[in-house]
Amino acid sequence: MAENKIIVARFRLARCEFMLDVDLTLPGRGVTALFGHSGSGKTTLLRCLAGLEKDPSGFLSVNGDCWQDAQHCLPTHKRPLGYVFQEANLFPHLTVLGNLRYGIQRIPSAKVTDLTSVIDLLGIGHLLNRKPERLSGGERQRVGIARALALNPKLLLMDEPLSALDVQRKNEILPYLERLHDELEIPVIYVTHSPDEVARLADYLVVLEQGTVLAEGGLFNVLTRLDLPISLGEDVGVVLSATIGAIDDAWQLARLDFAGGSLWTRHHGFGVGRTLRVRVLARDVSLAVEHPSLSSIQNILFGVVDAIGDDHHEGLALVRVCVGESVFIARLTKRAASELNIQLGQSLWLQVKSVALLE
Amino acid sequence: MSACNLLVIEFHYIVIYIKIYLIRWDVIVSLTDEDWQALSLTLYLASIVTLLLFVIATPIAWWLARTKLRWKSVIAAVVALPIVLPPSVLGFYLLLAMGPNGVIGYLTQRLHWGTLPFTFEGLVIVSAFYSLPFMVQPLQAAFESIGDKPLEAAATLRASSFDAFFTVIVPLALPGFVSAGILTFAHTVGEFGVVLMVGGNIPGETRVVSVQIFDYVEALEYQQAHKLAGFMLLFSFLLLLVLNSVRLKKQF
Repeated sequence: MAENKIIVARFRLARCEFMLDVDLTLPGRGVTALFGHSGSGKTTLLRCLAGLEKDPSGFLSVNGDCWQDAQHCLPTHKRPLGYVFQEANLFPHLTVLGNLRYGIQRIPSAKVTDLTSVIDLLGIGHLLNRKPERLSGGERQRVGIARALALNPKLLLMDEPLSALDVQRKNEILPYLERLHDELEIPVIYVTHSPDEVARLADYLVVLEQGTVLAEGGLFNVLTRLDLPISLGEDVGVVLSATIGAIDDAWQLARLDFAGGSLWTRHHGFGVGRTLRVRVLARDVSLAVEHPSLSSIQNILFGVVDAIGDDHHEGLALVRVCVGESVFIARLTKRAASELNIQLGQSLWLQVKSVALLE
Repeated sequence: MSACNLLVIEFHYIVIYIKIYLIRWDVIVSLTDEDWQALSLTLYLASIVTLLLFVIATPIAWWLARTKLRWKSVIAAVVALPIVLPPSVLGFYLLLAMGPNGVIGYLTQRLHWGTLPFTFEGLVIVSAFYSLPFMVQPLQAAFESIGDKPLEAAATLRASSFDAFFTVIVPLALPGFVSAGILTFAHTVGEFGVVLMVGGNIPGETRVVSVQIFDYVEALEYQQAHKLAGFMLLFSFLLLLVLNSVRLKKQF
């Protein structure tokens, strides 16, 4: 049944720094990001979902199966989940293969996923006989993900799988995570404090602060809310779904068509028709009342002001502009907003300085 | 080069051979039947106590390493008591407890086992008490250094706590088990006061090596005492050598 494809989670748990108090209904498919600063309770919430943290009054059901209610609570080892730890947490006394097999040996063989396909998916075939101490951080994390997936779980929980890695290693793993995002049928709950990972991987976003839910909803919607910039800081921006509509070989540019308009960006080798995520940061969008005729910025869109809000600095404002069905956010100084006399419902021009292709 | 090296190696072998020969000649052959009896009784006692304590002390150490209860320090102090208590004090209390009017004595009499003082079984019980901290403390330290994380990983991989203990904790704590086992064994071999208090000095039943040496010294048979003492010295040294090499292996 379609309405059963949800995760319902209610937890109240006192911690010294905060009180976790959440009542969430999350989609039963796709990647849900739990986003927040350290101490916001996101990892505690993930541990509650896994049963590693006990809340006797909690409630959890996953796609129609009740894992915890007032009467009973499945212990962690009886929950059909996969858990990826922050620092992989592989067993040091077992080889990579031993780690992968540890869980498989403990579930009925009918439920085991095809181990070779998981090994291929994460590209760890050449590491199977090594001990974890002889793996790099990135390799360890890939083995950790494979170990969780090998159990064919009904829910995949990931606790900041990239946070312990440097930029290079992150970039080594992100493509694998994006593949997971495209190929996995099961719900994934992904804890992170990185806006970049959220923009790349999440379909649904839960913003936590001090143990409570500040905002939740589809990624594209939550990112366009102006009352949340505190959590995002410099990274306020929107994510759009776009399709490559044309490629200009002469200038090495690609046209990204989104609902309501199109943007030109550098050609990255993606073919026409490919659907991508595009991230446009508020700081890369400027506003003009008249059409800017001579400008180095060539991506000019026409839109209507939808909302005006404060930014994290007193001198700055965020302006949300609808371009067709899509929404952009621009950051400008309050003085500029005052001089341009920006009003709700006003039509104006947006100049988009840069966009980031995410997939 | 090889000729010279070979000579050196050969020389080493000769020295080792002479040493082994000397030990044999001087000590091993000249030990009396009574010495052998005391030695085998001591090793038998130490083996039994070590095995017994693996079973008893592992849950205690595990509990001490994992519990967050405040009165855990009380239990930890009770377990550690034999380290500071004079063996005669411990022996005295255990003697009373195992006697006809003691708690343990009452129990053993109800079970028609008689009383335990001056028997081998009694010796096993007091030795277990006396060596308990030497088993518990290394195990507790090993368990504490492993932490929660491997257990949590095992739980998310469908392993119950019991399963995870044997498949994750025991392999990870193996150097701790080896240390604890060797320390317990060596400590049991070396005890004297407690044995004398509770076990007395019955040949083949409770007369262990340390008591035997004491007997020799009392009777001014220094030659015999030397041989047995030398044997124990060598034995203890080799045991510690093994222990340290295990620790080194753990470090690298």
